[in-house]
Parts: sequence; structure tokens; C-alpha cells
Amino acid sequence: MRYSIFTLAAQTLRGHRGWKPVWRDANPRPEYDVIIVGGGGHGLATAYYLASQHGLSNIVVLEKGHIGSGNVGRNTTIIRSNYLLPGNTPFYELSMKLWEGLEQDINYNAMVSQRGVLNLYHSDAQRDAYARRGNAMRLAGADAELLDREQVRAMLPFLDYDNARFPIQGGLLQKRGGSVRHDAVAWGYARAADRCGVDIVQNCEVTGLTIDADGIHGVETSRGPIRARKVALAVAGSSSRLAAMAGLRLPIESHVLQAFVSEGLKPLIDTVVTFGAGHFYVSQSDKGGLVFGGDIDGYNSYAQRGNLPVIEDVMESGMALWPGLGRIRVLRHWGGIMDMSMDGSPIIDHTPVHGLYLNAGWCYGGFKATPASGWCFAHLIARDQSHPVAAAYRLDRFATGHVIDEKGAGAQPNLH
Amino acid sequence: MRLPCPHCGTRDVQEFTYLGDANVKRPGADEMSEAAMTRYVYERDNPAGRQREYWHHSSGCHAWIVVTRDTRTHRIESAEPAKPLVQS
Ligand SMILES: Cc1cc2nc3c(=O)[nH]c(=O)nc-3n(C[C@H](O)[C@H](O)[C@H](O)COP(=O)(O)OP(=O)(O)OC[C@H]3O[C@@H](n4cnc5c(N)ncnc54)[C@H](O)[C@@H]3O)c2cc1C
Ligand SMILES: [Zn+2]
Repeated sequence: MRYSIFTLAAQTLRGHRGWKPVWRDANPRPEYDVIIVGGGGHGLATAYYLASQHGLSNIVVLEKGHIGSGNVGRNTTIIRSNYLLPGNTPFYELSMKLWEGLEQDINYNAMVSQRGVLNLYHSDAQRDAYARRGNAMRLAGADAELLDREQVRAMLPFLDYDNARFPIQGGLLQKRGGSVRHDAVAWGYARAADRCGVDIVQNCEVTGLTIDADGIHGVETSRGPIRARKVALAVAGSSSRLAAMAGLRLPIESHVLQAFVSEGLKPLIDTVVTFGAGHFYVSQSDKGGLVFGGDIDGYNSYAQRGNLPVIEDVMESGMALWPGLGRIRVLRHWGGIMDMSMDGSPIIDHTPVHGLYLNAGWCYGGFKATPASGWCFAHLIARDQSHPVAAAYRLDRFATGHVIDEKGAGAQPNLH
Repeated sequence: MRLPCPHCGTRDVQEFTYLGDANVKRPGADEMSEAAMTRYVYERDNPAGRQREYWHHSSGCHAWIVVTRDTRTHRIESAEPAKPLVQS
């Protein structure tokens, strides 16, 4: 069923009793051309673009839980393309362009909202760094505006401009940034891929990779073995575990990141704002909850839950930025496991095993990358060569010294 | 999460700074190569389960310790001073 105003009207008249499941809950067949491991945003987008851009359709996505149960449904939904380094900026700008056309392309309302992303600066040095970043973005075709204090005040009058330690001096605004409803991204790509003939198999955990001297031949799963000469890993926080099944050690540590939602409120804030003197960012969902977060907990974890010190730190940073937050109650918080890479940048590449492809290392910023990640990973799998905007995301860059370290933090994943 | 510092007793995790996997070892002068250094600086086992890891009691006694912890549950198995382990 193609969604449109007419299907909506027809369903309304029938009391919304005629809606069909959005995708088939498929059973695995014994063999496919391509197996994608991981039914998160990246795996589903990859499957969709393999089918829609490269004409493949004998594809399966294997998901150990249910679609949307991983980070794609746990993130704070922010999209932006405000990166500094040449290896990153064109990639994230491609992603932004794909977001802009996504809903028409997949015929699904993902609530893409370009409400702007504003990064605040609190010192002259930080202003200069943001001016440089804004210039790099504009050179790569992205949009950026450097705002002074009064321009920020006009947008967000309720922030603490005269905070004794971190007065707000201004901000770098990307108007095309914003937020997207994350669950709808998973469901929308799943439906679009399904319509192209892709099988989406849930509750199917990959437990082993079948490899011999000429490469990969398939996977072992909790629902039996499945054969394919191309296997693509897109398992986010579990990348090291899957790579270990192929005898590979990755430049990755798994860490937990927490997120928070407040009680529902009337419209308070119509953009995304990030504090520049600590790690805190906040926006408001269409349901009214403030969605906010901060730093990762900082130690290896697969627990999908964090600890109290980070919660305290996030709340403190929030209060320093926006004192009015103190009146608001937190409703829920949760954690997700992310693959923190050694330079803070992702990997989209072949592995040393013939036919085994890797999409990993997205850290806490892979949601915004979902469309471009799928686009470029599909390109790599279909043509066996890197897409030009993802050419820097090589697995061997750590050995060759071509790391892409936006923060300049070095090989310490908990500092990125 | 609280960590049992062998010198100070059980303390809040906030007092500690994390370094990471305690099993990686810098290659000695005779085994030094680009590949060996890449393995040491960048590649990690990143286990889901038992991990030995370095923590620094930075807001306490300033000792480096090796904690054995389950990364799936955050349960602490043991904590020992790092120095004797590193020297051996
Ligand atoms: C709290 C939080 C906030 C975040 N906020 C943002 C943000 O505001 N903006 C942004 O850009 N990014 C953000 N991120 C990061 C972003 O969510 C991730 O980088 C991105 O979602 C990862 O890609 P994915 O969607 O494919 O991952 P996932 O949805 O995690 O998909 C991976 C899937 O692989 C499956 N899997 C794992 N092992 C196996 C196996 N053996 N067999 C089969 N399947 C398996 C998992 O079950 C999972 O469903 C945030 C992350 C978290 C945790
Ligand atoms: Zn101590």
C-alpha cells in the first residue's frame, strides 16, 4: 500500500481498521546474494539502497532482536552536518541531502524537522574555532552561520547569558540541522526495503561466520545456517563481537551513552542547542518532552544502562545553561551501546576476509549518518569499491596514520 | 558503580579515571614493528564479559589499579595494585 492523503482518507472512513503490517516478518531462506547482519538504521538503509540503487533484491537483513530495538531507537534524534575535517564534511552533507528527500523517496513520514542546531561558544578561542568550522562547512556546501550573543538571545531568551564561569558569547548555527523521528527511520527503511523484496528476519542472532581460504560463505544463526558470498556487518555496539567471529580485532571499544526525556511540556524550545562548556544538548520532541543527553559513561560496557555520576554531570551542565530546567521532572532515561572507534570516526570498508564488509565505529553520532551510511555501504557491497565521500573511512587508516580525529583526542575512545 | 581500591577501600567510580584494557602490552624494542605498534595502540579485544582494565584513583590515593569487571553487568570481580602486575 502506497501512503497518501487518499489512503489516509479512505482508512479514516473505515475507522482505521484496514491498515496492513508495514513489512513482512520473513522466515530465512537457505541462501541469499547478500546477508546484512544488524537490523538497525544502517543495516536497513543499506538493504534499501542495495535494492533501489543497485538492482539487487536477493537480500536478507538478520536482526537478533526486533527492528528498532538497538541504537536507532535509543538515540536523541539529532541530525547535522557540522563537521570540520575533509574526510567527514562531504559525507555528512550527503547524509543531510538524503534526509531532505527521504520521506518522498521511501514514502514514509519520518518527521524530518530542520529546526536548526545551535552550538554555543563561551570564549574567544571557542568562537574562533567555530568560525573555522563554519567556514569548512560552507566550503563543503553545508550551511553555517556564526551568531553573536544578541542574535542567540533573540532565539533563546531563557538561557543563562551571564553565567559567572561560562557566559554565552554566541553560537554556530546550522539551520538545516534538526531532528528526525528515529523509530520512523527504522520502520520507514524496513518497509521500503521490504517493498523491494528484501527479507527482514527478526529474532535471528548471528552466532558464527562461515569462512575458509576463499572468503566468506555464510553465517550460523539461532535459526540455522544461511549461505551467501557477501556478508555485511552493521551491528553498531556489537561490532567487535562479530569481527571476533572472523578472527579480527577492531580499533573499537563498546561504551554506554545515556539519554533523558522530561515530562511532556508545552512548546518551550524550537531548535536544538548544545552547551559549549560541558557536554549537554537539548531539544523538544513533538510530544512535548525535552530530550537531552551528554557524555558517555567512559568505560567499556555492554550493559545498555549507565551509572549515576554521568546523570549528575548532565543535569549540572543543563542547569548551567538553562536554569529554568530545575523545575522540570525527568520522566525516563536509558542507555545504548555504541562502538567508539579509536579516532572517533566510522569505518565503511572491506575486511581482510573476502566478501565480508564492515560498517562500524559510529560512536554517539551515527543516527544522522544513517542515510549516507546505507548509501555508501550499499555502493561498496554492490561494486566492491568505496563511494567517493566515504573513501576516507578505511579500516587500515590506523596503521597508515590517516586517522580522522575531529577532536584531536588520540587513541582513547572515551575521550571522543 | 563503585570500585574497591586496594588502598582506600570501596569508593565511588567518580573518583577514578579510566584508561582501558590492561592486557595490551607495548612491544619491546626487539619486537617493534609498524604492525605491532598498530595492534598495541589501536586494536582491542573489547570483550562482552570479563575484562581486566586499568583505572587511576585520581581523586584518591593516585595509584593505578587493575580491575576485573564484567562489561555486561558491571559486576566487579577483583581489584589489585597495577604496579606488581606491570613489573612481572
Ligand atoms: C543514548 C544515545 C543517543 C544518541 N544520540 C544521537 C544523536 O542525537 N544523533 C546521532 O547522530 N546519533 C546519536 N546516537 C548514535 C546512533 O544512535 C548510532 O550511532 C546508530 O544508531 C548506530 O547505527 P544503527 O542504527 O544501525 O544501530 P543499531 O540500531 O544498534 O543496530 C544494530 C543492530 O544489530 C543487531 N545485532 C547485534 N548483534 C547481532 C547479531 N549477532 N546478530 C544479529 N543482529 C545483531 C542489534 O540488535 C541492533 O538492532 C546516539 C546513541 C545513543 C545510545
Ligand atoms: Zn585509592
